[in-house]
Amino acid sequence: MSINSILEKLKRPGAASLGSLLIGGFVAGIVFWGGFNTAMEATNTETFCISCHEMEENVYKEYQDTIHYANRTGVRATCPDCHVPKPWIHKIVRKIQASNEVFHKVLGTIDTPEKFEAKRLKLAQNVWRVMKETDSRECRNCHNFDSMDFTYQQRRAVRQHSKGIDEGKTCIDCHKGIAHSLPAMYEVDPSAVTGAAGH
Amino acid sequence: MKKSLVMGIVMTFVLGFTSQAYSENVQSLRGASDLDSKSNQVVVKRNIPDRDPIERDYVQQPPLVPHKTDGYKINLKFNKCLTCHSWTNYKEAGATKISQTHFADRGNNVMANVAARRYFCDQCHVPQADAEPLVENEFIPVRAIHK
Repeated sequence: MSINSILEKLKRPGAASLGSLLIGGFVAGIVFWGGFNTAMEATNTETFCISCHEMEENVYKEYQDTIHYANRTGVRATCPDCHVPKPWIHKIVRKIQASNEVFHKVLGTIDTPEKFEAKRLKLAQNVWRVMKETDSRECRNCHNFDSMDFTYQQRRAVRQHSKGIDEGKTCIDCHKGIAHSLPAMYEVDPSAVTGAAGH
Repeated sequence: MKKSLVMGIVMTFVLGFTSQAYSENVQSLRGASDLDSKSNQVVVKRNIPDRDPIERDYVQQPPLVPHKTDGYKINLKFNKCLTCHSWTNYKEAGATKISQTHFADRGNNVMANVAARRYFCDQCHVPQADAEPLVENEFIPVRAIHK
């Protein structure tokens, strides 16, 4: 086959080649899209999260003491349940932001418990800020005011939750430090440490 | 020589007999059960649900905690109790406020805040479980608080 004849074919493709291009493209699209999603889901597992010792040694250990790890009904919320949004677009945004975390993993910004502790307040405040902005979206995947039966709650919880709804509060406003150790709270809320009012 | 040998043999028998008699009377905390037998499963006591403040039984008694405190942490960085019971927060939380006596240090210097020696609330203030008293108790509170 001469070069000219190939060029001739490319200029005026037959119906069969157009069809195979469409079908081939369709199949390749499914494969790539599926592959992309599978790869993304693989990064959305607890095993993946704690493959970094920063996560395994600090936050994962603390979380094992809490109700989201072990409880009477045996339901467990793992890392991505709280830290990765469920809606696709928000998930992608979060995954792109995570490249910054990979960057700091390479830099070794928090590669010892001491370094982690020094950064804990800032890291916690990042999560608190995001949760406040999204109205605690990840909490509400499981915990929703609409499906909460206050008659099953204890008295203190009923009182605080009713007040929370009235004042338009979001979960993270009160429920800080429920799955991980809190940072030193002197600067954030002195009354949570010594009972004294703020500065 | 012969006498002491006889004494020795006699003592061995006597000691052997008495120690056996004693060991039959000794009961471990889990009762008289063989070493290789399984002990009875201990029933874990449940915490009592939230309720009104519990009356004191004697005047100096640290008030008991009338709610669950599972998972509450008290450490250098954080004191879960004070997020409701401090003077700053008690009104909003609808909780009892911490006594002012807790602001004095061991030298009786009254501070602006909770003294370090009074910081660890659950050393004195304890939550209650649905347990029956282990022994009979006929304690009656003094008139001042007994109705």
